[in-house]
Amino acid sequence: MRLFLPLVITFICGIVMILHFFIPHRPISTIGDGLTDWYMIVASAAIFLGAANLVQVHVHRINTKARNWKYSPVVLIGFIAMMATGLLWGVEETLPFDYMFQTMIVPMGATMFSLLAFFVASAAFRAFRASNWRATLLLASAFIVMLGRVPIGGMIWKQIPIISEWMMQVPNMAGQRAVMIGAALGVVATSLRMIFGIERSYLGGAD
Amino acid sequence: MRKLLEMLDRVDRRVIYLLMALSVFIPLALRLSYPIPVGQGPSQDLFKAIDSLPSGSVVLVSYDYDPSTMPELQPMAVALTQHMFTRGHRIIAMALWPQGASLSQEAMSAVGDSLGKAQYDDWVNLGYTVGAGVSIVRMGSSIRAVFPQDRDGFPYDSIPLLTRVQSLRDIDLVISLSAGDPGIHAWVMMAGDRFGLPVGGGCTAVSAPEFYTYLGTGQLLGLLGGLKGAADYETMVREGRGNTPAGLATPGMAAQSISHLVIMAFIVIGNISYLAVHKRRKGAPK
Amino acid sequence: MNWEIIGIWLGAVLTLMLYSFLYRDNPFYKFAEHLFVGMSAGYWVIYNIFNVLKPNFWDELTGAGDGSPDYFMIIPGIFGMFMLARLVPKIAGLSRMALAMIVGTGAGLSLVSTLQTNCLSQIEGTIMPLSGVGTMGFIDNLIVVVGVVCGLVYFFFSKPHEGLTGKAAGVGITILMVAFGASFGYTVMARISLLIGQAQFLLFDWLPTMGIHL
Repeated sequence: MRLFLPLVITFICGIVMILHFFIPHRPISTIGDGLTDWYMIVASAAIFLGAANLVQVHVHRINTKARNWKYSPVVLIGFIAMMATGLLWGVEETLPFDYMFQTMIVPMGATMFSLLAFFVASAAFRAFRASNWRATLLLASAFIVMLGRVPIGGMIWKQIPIISEWMMQVPNMAGQRAVMIGAALGVVATSLRMIFGIERSYLGGAD
Repeated sequence: MRKLLEMLDRVDRRVIYLLMALSVFIPLALRLSYPIPVGQGPSQDLFKAIDSLPSGSVVLVSYDYDPSTMPELQPMAVALTQHMFTRGHRIIAMALWPQGASLSQEAMSAVGDSLGKAQYDDWVNLGYTVGAGVSIVRMGSSIRAVFPQDRDGFPYDSIPLLTRVQSLRDIDLVISLSAGDPGIHAWVMMAGDRFGLPVGGGCTAVSAPEFYTYLGTGQLLGLLGGLKGAADYETMVREGRGNTPAGLATPGMAAQSISHLVIMAFIVIGNISYLAVHKRRKGAPK
Repeated sequence: MNWEIIGIWLGAVLTLMLYSFLYRDNPFYKFAEHLFVGMSAGYWVIYNIFNVLKPNFWDELTGAGDGSPDYFMIIPGIFGMFMLARLVPKIAGLSRMALAMIVGTGAGLSLVSTLQTNCLSQIEGTIMPLSGVGTMGFIDNLIVVVGVVCGLVYFFFSKPHEGLTGKAAGVGITILMVAFGASFGYTVMARISLLIGQAQFLLFDWLPTMGIHL
């Protein structure tokens, strides 16, 4: 019984969405549209769950004086500051919420990911080894693409951008397509297993 | 020589970081610039698709990214918006990523103001929606059901641009600027294959190779891949427009070129020093 | 007070705090990292309230949008509450109902859409002519057809990769290596582009506030 109702809900929702695809007419379309409207509300609750969990974790870290707990108030202050400015003034341009987004979140987000440029450089030096002919092929392919996608490649040899584009459109596409078809078959199989209640791992973890 | 190779094998990671930083900062500081030739390719396909739409067409642009990939995708957004406005198209912006809603406002209002385009008549920002593919499917029957109001809280029915736009079927072209999932995949699946809309895209360089599959089948009519794609588009938009500023992506391409050479040098040197040191250790008596 | 310059300085200081990690992990980096997490979460919640919850749920339920209340909206409201029940250990099991709805809807949608877009359309796109397309067209199409088929053979693990299957899988992995090489090249490009973006911010937005114009 603990899992019966959730499995029934999964089955009904899954079947409705499949029928919605094949029969875009009433009454299926009305039911399907209603389900998608509801889905948006429930999915948005997941975002609240994530935020509440973040607050819970950091309050717990402060209470127990866990490792690096001194930074937890920073998380909470950042969270409350955005919440307060958003609730008090709204999200329109030039208001405090948008100002904080543009001047703090944007540079921090961009910087966080730009750090990866350094790690890629380090990995290129230490880990990218032409240890066999297939690894060498991978390396050659990477070199051609790296040169072909920047102006200097064409300045070195006019054919490099053309070869690079050909590589993208022919061998790369073939490889990517094989991966895509394989992954798609996996998604289809997993979706079927979920709808028919064979795959239940997503229901675990809460007693 | 061998000592040098051994030293290279043990080089501190911070030296590599410093060289990497210099390869980006110096070309930018010196304002190095290389010409950007635009050949036949997915960037030009997208440009032509937008160019060939009749004036007044409604284009839906989905900002499916956040600040972490903004340096690649925001230049595309600006260049695309410039192109569409100069061609007389009207733009509906939305976002499948929360922070895309603010980034779209920034791009649309800046370009709109510079070209004298009015919000709600020539462009509108519907904001963020949760649910990705599910929301797109719902937009197939009613955009209003997903966005009862725009980002700033104006009711859907009171926005002049949207009076004749009920569902995705009233949209002439969809463009997804995508940093991952949800993004181009969802738009091709739902808007393209399910509702038959033409879909174009711009994406981070990381995800560009996988979208060549969609280009090959015609499911995606054009693609801007990374900073290079953005620079291509800026170049095409500027062609024949005299003193138009260089855009956001074009000035970065010289730094991109130099840093690619530096990374390639790292790989070559790393391999040589590894081989030299490794061979020596292999040959050493146990 | 010039808010624009203050904003640029805020961004620049936070940027430099994060870059300090390249030297070693330090309190400045940790401070900025934690601030980023907190502010991003706050942003998500606010946009969720203003762009989803208020217009799609509250206004629909109360009739504030079009004047006619939709009482059926109580149902997703209850499911949403079930989702939040996960925070209270005693009633955490209720969250399964909400999860079931999310997973079921997503599975139903992705099953048909993925099959259509990423499988059938790709197979259709791989059925290519080998004649009447010129020499280059023949070579290109042959590489695509052979590459896709052999790539799929490589992913097929129900049969040992020996004999003809092994040879086909060998061709498949070779094509995949070229594709992964292209992906690596593009990944390098992407990461550097992000660094260029921040370098441009520091050089052309921040330095001029100190009178340094490059």
